[in-house]
Amino acid sequence: MKTTRRIALLGLAAALALVLSYVESLVPLSVGVPGVRIGFANIAVLFALYRLSAADAAVVSGVRILGVALLFGNWMATAYSVAGAALSLLGMVMLKRFAKLSLPVVSAVGGVLHNAGQIVVAVCVTRTVQIAWYLPVLVLTGTVAGIVIGLVGALLVSRVKL
Amino acid sequence: MMKVNVKQWLRRHTRDILVVAALLAVAAVCAAVMALTAVPGAHVCVRVDGAEVARYPLSQDRRVTLEYGGTNELVIEGGRARIESADCPDKVCVRTAPISEVGQTVVCLPHKLVVVIE
Repeated sequence: MKTTRRIALLGLAAALALVLSYVESLVPLSVGVPGVRIGFANIAVLFALYRLSAADAAVVSGVRILGVALLFGNWMATAYSVAGAALSLLGMVMLKRFAKLSLPVVSAVGGVLHNAGQIVVAVCVTRTVQIAWYLPVLVLTGTVAGIVIGLVGALLVSRVKL
Repeated sequence: MMKVNVKQWLRRHTRDILVVAALLAVAAVCAAVMALTAVPGAHVCVRVDGAEVARYPLSQDRRVTLEYGGTNELVIEGGRARIESADCPDKVCVRTAPISEVGQTVVCLPHKLVVVIE
């Protein structure tokens, strides 16, 4: 793909990820468990991963996190996001390359890893292992949310013409 | 209307189904083990940056304003503890459900504060 075209597409995907992050922050998801998220922004990351490349997906994810940090200025939440997003992306890239799984399932594993990464950061920051108590709920919600987001992502991946 | 051949779909997605089932099974088993081994707690322990700074009996109703890196209003009521209000940016601690069993936590990461039942 031509460089100019790639840069434009990356910018578009990153901007979409940023907007989706903002939309996500508007959804009041009060289930009483910290860290439960739908993960709208992952739609843009999945799109980049499947239609562009793994490196491009990392760029989209990175720009999103940086953008959210600059726009909403919550550095503690940024530490969470970086750990979650990095682990999630790493897992999804590996699964896409080495396992024959459908996109929604790759996304589900990504969702679970995202939550796991956040818990690890929370345990490290507070030095309190008990926070892992929330892990089972987060594995469940990560799986379900990941599948739903993955289904949307799969539609985009197969239908959007570049 | 497109007809979906269930048998074919299942065969094509065997790996997918196995992976999802494994994830759900892990969550279910962990949740079950935790529910079965749940013990009602006796103390509400406040930790900041890994060190215990305060401890209150869970059986006595009280309201404490915690001032560590910010303000968190801790409420112990009817054998359950929760953060009623806080001045942290994300309010994750306020949205966390009340806790009462050993090992349960309410976390306020911006203030590096954890309320844990012991």
